[in-house]
This record gives sequence, structure tokens and C-alpha cells, in this order.
Amino acid sequence: MSMDRREFLKIAGSSTFLATIGIGAGWILSRPGEFLEASQFLQTKELLKAKQWAMVVDMRKLKTEEDYKKVIDACHRIHNVPNFDNPKDEVKWIWLDTFEHAFPGQESEFMPEQMKHKPFVLLCNHCENPPCVRVCPTKATFKRKDGITMQDLHRCIGCRYCMAACPFGARSFNYRDPRPAIKEPNPEYPTRMIGVVEKCTFCEERLAKGQMPACVEASNGALVFGDISDPNSEVRKILNTNYTIRRKAELGTRPVVYYILDIPTSVVPGGEGNV
Amino acid sequence: MFEKALVGSKRYWTWVIVLLAVIGIGFITYLQQFKLGLGITGLSRDVSWGLYIGQFTFLVGVAASAVMLVIPYYLHDFKKFGKIVILGEFLAVSAVTMCILFIFVDMGQPMRIMNVILHPTPNSIMFWDSVVLGGYLGLNIIIGWATLHADKKGTRPAAWVKPLIYLSIPWAISIHTVTAFLYAGLPGRHFWLSAIMAARFLASAFAGGPALLIILALIVRKFTKFDPGKEAIQAIGKIVTYAMIANVFFLLLEIFTAAYSSIPGHTHPFKYLYFGLEGHARLVPLMWASSILAIVSIVLLVFPSIRKNESMLALACIALFVSLWIDKGFGLIIGGFVPNMFEKVTEYWPTLPETIITISVWAVGFLILTILYKVAVSVREETAGIELEH
Amino acid sequence: MYDTGKIIFGIVIFVLFATFPFYSNIGKVSAKPEPKLDTPVIQQLAEKKCVESKEFMKVEHMQLLNEWRDSAIREGRRVYINSEGKEFKISLQNTCMNCHSNKKEFCDKCHNYAAVKPYCWTCHIEPKEKQL
Ligand code: SF4
Ligand code: SF4
Ligand code: SF4
Repeated sequence: MSMDRREFLKIAGSSTFLATIGIGAGWILSRPGEFLEASQFLQTKELLKAKQWAMVVDMRKLKTEEDYKKVIDACHRIHNVPNFDNPKDEVKWIWLDTFEHAFPGQESEFMPEQMKHKPFVLLCNHCENPPCVRVCPTKATFKRKDGITMQDLHRCIGCRYCMAACPFGARSFNYRDPRPAIKEPNPEYPTRMIGVVEKCTFCEERLAKGQMPACVEASNGALVFGDISDPNSEVRKILNTNYTIRRKAELGTRPVVYYILDIPTSVVPGGEGNV
Repeated sequence: MFEKALVGSKRYWTWVIVLLAVIGIGFITYLQQFKLGLGITGLSRDVSWGLYIGQFTFLVGVAASAVMLVIPYYLHDFKKFGKIVILGEFLAVSAVTMCILFIFVDMGQPMRIMNVILHPTPNSIMFWDSVVLGGYLGLNIIIGWATLHADKKGTRPAAWVKPLIYLSIPWAISIHTVTAFLYAGLPGRHFWLSAIMAARFLASAFAGGPALLIILALIVRKFTKFDPGKEAIQAIGKIVTYAMIANVFFLLLEIFTAAYSSIPGHTHPFKYLYFGLEGHARLVPLMWASSILAIVSIVLLVFPSIRKNESMLALACIALFVSLWIDKGFGLIIGGFVPNMFEKVTEYWPTLPETIITISVWAVGFLILTILYKVAVSVREETAGIELEH
Repeated sequence: MYDTGKIIFGIVIFVLFATFPFYSNIGKVSAKPEPKLDTPVIQQLAEKKCVESKEFMKVEHMQLLNEWRDSAIREGRRVYINSEGKEFKISLQNTCMNCHSNKKEFCDKCHNYAAVKPYCWTCHIEPKEKQL
């Protein structure tokens, strides 16, 4: 043989390398583009549109345990959110926690009892400058044109970088198969699989049908949803006339879920007359 | 050259088979994790990164530390590192491989790993981390192999290797800087949100990596005819000393800022790690062990008279390595998650399957290291008589 | 070159191993799959036609589904206008499976034959099929 071993290995090695690149490139290029000329993809006619969807949670209107339960169940039932009954594997899109945990650093020893113990409704803040989107290495988490921070569960690799990055604990990872932990699956909505991260989607699938988010619908007016960039929207009207706070606004993620505190009227001087 | 790895003493083969057995057990355990999900680890909604990512972080440092031999040897012509530099480069290869494996076993959907390349996302630090790690692995394989090849023939490495070697220096710094940026840019994780993160990472890397290298060099000398050189080992000892002191200094800076400002977000993780928070104190003994070992290692290292004694040096290096392993491979990650975003404490402890998988990834690293060192040592043993003319 | 014998032996082993599926299947005939279309919803259709032609769907349904997926999730476009101008709601679970409510007799038939295991149904809930 005229070729010595080294030379053979070199040629073999480089041709394998080139072939790999070739196959890879061929595969990427052959992925479907516009493969059916005449077909089109459109938005639904009913789709509710906005520049930045936002929510106001009016704590004054959430009174009984039943009020809270309705809101949370509405979301978790239609979205097939599993219930594992243990905090380690827990998955939640919308949940409750007290003031000191929802707004750490804002609490004081002497705040009204009612505020100290009354649970706040927490969910993804659909931040305008979301760190979860910034860190995601695959664009599985991304910002939609209408301001919703969306999850592409087909693309998520489960690296959980977004969970480290979200300052609001809004994200849940599927540590276990969620299917067995869903009591009555909603046949119209998918479940998730092991190893992906999920969270509230501001009910984008309902917005596409012209419906308000499920939690808003179930809240008896305590949760208000609307376009924060529209000065005439209901959320803007509420924000203009009420003192509202946001979770950890100092971090600059620009959350768009606002809270109206339930301050007992008796402690506000002249309280009754100020609504 | 590779055939050198296929002939060896009984001891060599026993070691290889032991490693393979450990890898096998780990692989079976991983299949279990693959099927059931990461629920079989100790990770939770609150502490979503743990042992795996900690090992990854620690090993990036080990990989980067090869530069501590490359700089003196190639930039300052420090000839005494002539024989040992290859050990550093091959250690880097094995460490980066372990890094990649740890990322892989940590992923929820590992089969989709190509998504990082199919949908490149320059705003994600993790994207850049995979780019620099991949590049560094390639660089070290090429450089190590080319220099070894040259050694075998008793010549200098080919001219094209030099630029790659120079490139590998800033590249090594970059892998650990980018890894620090993974953590240091996250709003709301006060423990990590610190400008000194990257510097601290590099300092601990330049202490821990070379310390491991000293231990390895001593082992190699004990079991083979290859002698990396007494003076080379002593010189690395000095590097380890300075780097470790810098590392402890940086840690103290962090502690000062947290303690003196006494801002809750900054103090709580330290309190949790060193004293326990709200009655949760699982990591306290470990963190104190790390501190004590750090002090012991520094005491043994700073006095030249003690350091000159090779068994004391080995002892110091082991203490230092364990100390840094606890601090960076464990405490640093967990501290970022405790307390959680709601100022509540959820503790983390690795489970048995998680530990087995971790050990077996280390076994893969050791297997690669063993094979590469075997090749290097065999080549060097053959050419032992020939003086290297670099 | 040395070790020629060993190398040839190795190559023979490799070739035998790599072609295992072929000779191990010699003599076994698998029936061509015939996916069933007789679901109640399809029976009711005036024109029995999928979102695109049968030939296209046969070959390209996975690409079409990928396009649907990206369109719905990433662009928020949940309506598909096919090449004949007909409109469909983009949804595997609610559109495709509404007609093809017989997953076992339809999807699985070919998928099993081709030995592919698409993992659509780990998330998308499959239609409840009457146990016969
Ligand atoms: S709340 Fe968290 S998950 Fe939601 S957009 Fe903000 S950072 Fe992302
Ligand atoms: S876990 Fe998924 S969504 Fe989160 S950062 Fe990783 S790929 Fe993105
Ligand atoms: S907006 Fe929709 S997804 Fe989000 S919490 Fe409410 S119901 Fe759940």
C-alpha cells in the first residue's frame, strides 16, 4: 500500500468530519420552510390584542377561602397542573403566600393583622424585562408581541436556568411524570412531560378564543386583566386611581402584576370617604 | 500513540476495570433517572440546582487551571515545567469532559441538547458557556496531542501549535469567567450577585487545579518511571499558595460586605451556610470543615520549610482540594438558593442515586485521565534519555 | 501494515453486526399497515378530506405538525388556511384528534410498522377510545 497509516487516518478523520458537517447542514437546510405555497398561518379572529397584557389583583375583593380556591382551581384544572402534595416536586402556576413572603423586606412587625396574614395571589409577573427570557439558552422562554412571557415546552431542555433567574419563584420543573398527579385531566389542553419547566401563560390559549384568563373569570372582579399600554384600559384606570405595589420592583424586571392592598379602612384617617 | 494505552501492568488494568465498573453502575442509575425524572435527586422547586451543577462549576476551575503551567512555560520560558505541562493539559481535557457530562446529567430533557446549537441565543450566558467549553476542550486535545507527538520524535511541536497555545491562555480565563457570569448576573440571587464572583472563581481554580495536579504528579512518580521534576512540583506549590490566599481573601471580602452592610438578602445565605437559618443547619458542619481545611492548608503552604517536604505538601494539597470542593462544588450553589425567593428555607441534600451518578461521572474523568496519562508517561519513559530541547 | 488478520476479523464481525436487522428479518413478512378512517366524525364529513391532500399528509404530516406547533406557540397564529383556502383551527389535540379519534387504529398502525415512537402523546392527551 502506498498510503501510510498516518496519512490514511488523516484522510479518514477529515472526511468523517466533513461528512458530519455535510449531513448536519443538509438536515438543517432540508427542514421544512414554505413547503406548501398556498397555505397560510393566521391569528384567530377572536384573538384579544394588546401591547402588554397586565393584571391587577385587588386584595380588598378577595374575602373568603372560597374566593381564593375558585381562582386557583380555575387555573390548575383547565391547565392540567398536577398536584403532587409535596413541596419538593410541586408544580404551581398560581398560588398563595403571605405578605412577608410575597414582598420580602417590606413587612413590619406592626402592620395590621389583616395584612400580615391574608394570603396574596401570586403568579408569573410577565415582566417587561424578564430575566428568565434573558438566560434561556434555547429561546424556549420568550416574550410574545403582546407582552406575555411564553413557554415553548417542545423546545425546553430542562436546564432550569430560568428557575435560578426568576426572582419571583414563578416557575416549576417537572421532577416527576405529571400525568398520574392530575385528577381530572382537561381533554382540551395538553399536560407536560418529565423534565420541562412550566408556568402561567396568561391564558394565551383563551385570549386566542376571545376569552379572559380563567383565574380572572373566576375571581368575581378581584383580578382585572387588560392592556397596560392602553390609557383607556380598565387596568390603567385602576392604576390611576389606586395605590398599587408590585413584587420586587427594585430588581428592574418591570413586573406587570399589580396589587391593591387591603388596608383596613379604620386605620386610614377619614377612611370611609376615600374610595 | 494510542496503542500505549492498551498495554500495561496488572495494576493499570485493575484500576481501569474498577473505573469501568463504577461507570457501569452509574450508567444504570442514570437510566433510572432518565426514565423517572430528576425527582430521584434531592433537587426541588426551591433548590433547583445542586450537586451536579456544583461539580460542573468546580471542574471548570480545574480545567482552567492548566493555564497556570502554560503561562510560565510558554510565556516565561520556565523550562522546569517542560515535563509536567502535558499533565496539566490532559487534566484539562478530562475536567472539561466531566463538565459536559455533569451538564448533561443535570438536564431535564437531555435528548434535546442540540437545541442550544439549533437555536443559538447570544443573550444567554449558558450559550456562551457551551461555546467556550467546547472550544477549550478542542484546544487542549490538539495541543496536548501535538506536543506529545513532537516529544516522541524528540522535536519541537509544529509551528502551528504555538498560536493555539497562546490562544488557550485567554481562553482558559474565559471559561471560568463565563461560568461565573452564569451566576453573577441574576437579579434576586444576592449570594451570587457580586462583582468579585469571577475573580474568586479564578483564584479558587488556580489553587484547586494545581493542587490536584501536584497530587497526580506525585502519584505518577510513585507508580511509573516518569519524574515530572521535584522543582516543578515545588514551583506549582508556590502558585497554589498564592492562589489559595487570594481565594480566602476574596471570600473574606464577600463576608465583610454581607456582614457589615447587614442587608438581609446578603447576610442570610452566609448565615445559613455557616450558622444555620431558622433552625436549618444541614450545611454548617461541611462549611466549617471547609474553613478549617483551608486554614490548615494555608498554614502548611506558607512556610517554605514545611512546603519543601513533599509529604507535607501532599497533605496540604489534599486539605486544600477538599476544602475548595466543599466550598465551590457544594456550598456556593446551595447558598444561592437558600433562602429561596420567598425568604423561606428549603434544604437540599443529594440522594443516593444522585451521588452514584456523580461518582461515576468522576470515574469517567479518571478513566480519561488515566488513559491520557498512560500514553504521556509511556512516551516520556521511552524518551527519558533524550533531553528535551524546547 | 501489521495485524492484517485481526483487522479483517474485526471488519467481518462489524459487518455481521451492522447488518443484523436485515438477515434477522429475512423470511418475516409484515403486513402493510392500513390505517382506519371510520370514526364517527369522519363519517359525518361531507367531503372526506384532511387538512391537505392524502398524498401530502402521508409524507409530510410530521413537518406540517412542526409548522403548526411553531406557528401556534411561538407566533400565536392558531389558524391554518390550507392550499385550497379552507380554514382550520391549529391543534393536534382538538383538531387532528377530533377526526382521528381512533389513535390506535390510525396513528399507531403506521408508527408501529415504521417503528417510530413520536412522543406527542406524552403531553397531548389522546382521545378516549372505546374498549372493544
Ligand atoms: S415572573 Fe419570573 S417567570 Fe415570570 S416573566 Fe418575570 S422573571 Fe419570567
Ligand atoms: S429550563 Fe427550559 S425554559 Fe428554562 S432556561 Fe432551560 S431551556 Fe429555557
Ligand atoms: S392567567 Fe391563566 S394561566 Fe395565568 S394564573 Fe391565571 S388562569 Fe392560570
